[in-house]
Amino acid sequence: MSEVFEFIYVNREMLFIVALSVLLGIEVISHVPAVLHTPLMSGANAIHGVVIVGAIIVMGHAHSTSAIILGFFAVILGTLNVVGGFVVTDRMLEMFRKKPKK
Amino acid sequence: MNTIHEVIKTLRFTDGQSLLELIYLIASVLFVFGLKMLSKPDSARKGNLWAAFGMSLAIIATILFHRVDGEPIRHIPLILLAFAIGATAGWVIARRVKMTAMPQLVSLFNGMGGACAALIALMEFPHIDAAGGVPYGQLITIMPGVMIGTVSFTGSMIAFGKLNGNIGDLRTKALRPVNILLLLVMLLLIVWVLVRPEIYADGHIGALPVYLLLAISAVYGVLFVMPIGGADMPVVISLLNSFTGLAAAFGGFLYHNQAMLTGGILVGSAGTILTVLMCRAMNRSLLNVIAGAFGGGGAAREKEAGTIKEISVNDAAVLLTYSKKVVVVPGYGLAVAQAQHLCNEMVKQLEEHGVEVQFAIHPVAGRMPGHMNVLLAEADVPYEKLKEMDEINPELPNTDVVVVIGANDVVNPAAEDDPGSPIYGMPIIRAHTAKNIIVMKRGMGKGYAAIENFLFYDPKTRMLFGNAKDTLQKLIEEIKNL
Repeated sequence: MSEVFEFIYVNREMLFIVALSVLLGIEVISHVPAVLHTPLMSGANAIHGVVIVGAIIVMGHAHSTSAIILGFFAVILGTLNVVGGFVVTDRMLEMFRKKPKK
Repeated sequence: MNTIHEVIKTLRFTDGQSLLELIYLIASVLFVFGLKMLSKPDSARKGNLWAAFGMSLAIIATILFHRVDGEPIRHIPLILLAFAIGATAGWVIARRVKMTAMPQLVSLFNGMGGACAALIALMEFPHIDAAGGVPYGQLITIMPGVMIGTVSFTGSMIAFGKLNGNIGDLRTKALRPVNILLLLVMLLLIVWVLVRPEIYADGHIGALPVYLLLAISAVYGVLFVMPIGGADMPVVISLLNSFTGLAAAFGGFLYHNQAMLTGGILVGSAGTILTVLMCRAMNRSLLNVIAGAFGGGGAAREKEAGTIKEISVNDAAVLLTYSKKVVVVPGYGLAVAQAQHLCNEMVKQLEEHGVEVQFAIHPVAGRMPGHMNVLLAEADVPYEKLKEMDEINPELPNTDVVVVIGANDVVNPAAEDDPGSPIYGMPIIRAHTAKNIIVMKRGMGKGYAAIENFLFYDPKTRMLFGNAKDTLQKLIEEIKNL
């Protein structure tokens, strides 16, 4: 049990961020017109591509060849998520651009 | 680039570190603003670009400033190479794919993110293994990271295959207990590793539990998505999307990386809310979707269906042209036939004859909420002509003709008057209240819910069979000749 408390103590700042980010995420999304559900999902999809940062860190501090190879793939996958995600979202939203708003 | 490196070299270790944290903070704020702007039509595109900008900042800063025990990021050329490969592939795929294939594309990219998160957690495992001691903090994030990332990866790939038409549904009751069992095994495995320090008393945890978890998660991801019907795929993708967010957040926990943590959690919670909103639009619970109840009990009402009346293209053209008010209800059939441009052309022709035309968009028309809006916008249909369901329904009794193009379940009156129907309670576009209904359809096949649509047998309804593209083409010719 003490390990759990220690974990909570060591990570208290992270836990704060988690709690507040959860509330923020809910707040930001709660009033979205159905029209934007798909682009929004796609945009959120691109944002979780932030795992690429972790991939870069792992790859950048890898020592064994196998770790470098795995890291290489991780960076490729993460980049696909980020670049593909943002480009697809932009392409969807591009369609809304020309609308002449009354 | 060289001068940047000169400047960086002059920075003390702590300067770089603070700069990195500051940039992560900016990136996190940009993510929040980006999401906020994405939820309004006017600012959506800018929001996406801001979020992308934040992401670029986080990536560049990580490469330049990240240190572990004072050691900078190594293998930068290799990282850049991997980055170039991923970026080129991502860009090309995202640009080339047809608008109708958008949903499976989102699923594909989501799967990539999930796989990335799982890989990271997997690679970090040997490190803590070698370090000795009892690293609860890391284990508590690595194990769920592997699990969620992998489920998200295999699940997204199955969702991709299903939407792409490569994989069919697999509906057996046996899958449910199997899935619940797998889920329990995975959770037990995680708990087991955490609560039994004696298994790594000698300083080695052994990678077996992690690989076991990886394998079970992969199977679970497949089995989790297999029984879910095609129409529910958007909800599943949204759910898997929030899973990947969670997996990314676990990665952030592992590295004490604030950008990963906020970005991941934000998507995790926003994605969950979005999933719930999508379910609500279909008047179904999330549990209901996951259990794959749609299309389960098909034979709700064994009433004699009545007779179908067909209409010729010529008659349809006359009926439409001499109407005052026409409402088009587009569905997935329109998207599949790539007929959105022709549809807009027909509307223009009708307007030249003085007909008032509007589009009625059901929240789940097409394959994803908002998908139909995107497709019609692509065909230059003005935004203000697209009416949401609640807006158009009161106007339908005064509408001369409702044209249903490739839609089925979203206009099925059984949702309102047949409590035994699987779609009972789902809000629909009340096409049956209009004065006349023309239904364009390929054949008498059933919709995704696989139930009879009594709208087709309504005395006011006439059917116009054929591929939406061909039929619209003929219809346009006829209208032009009038």
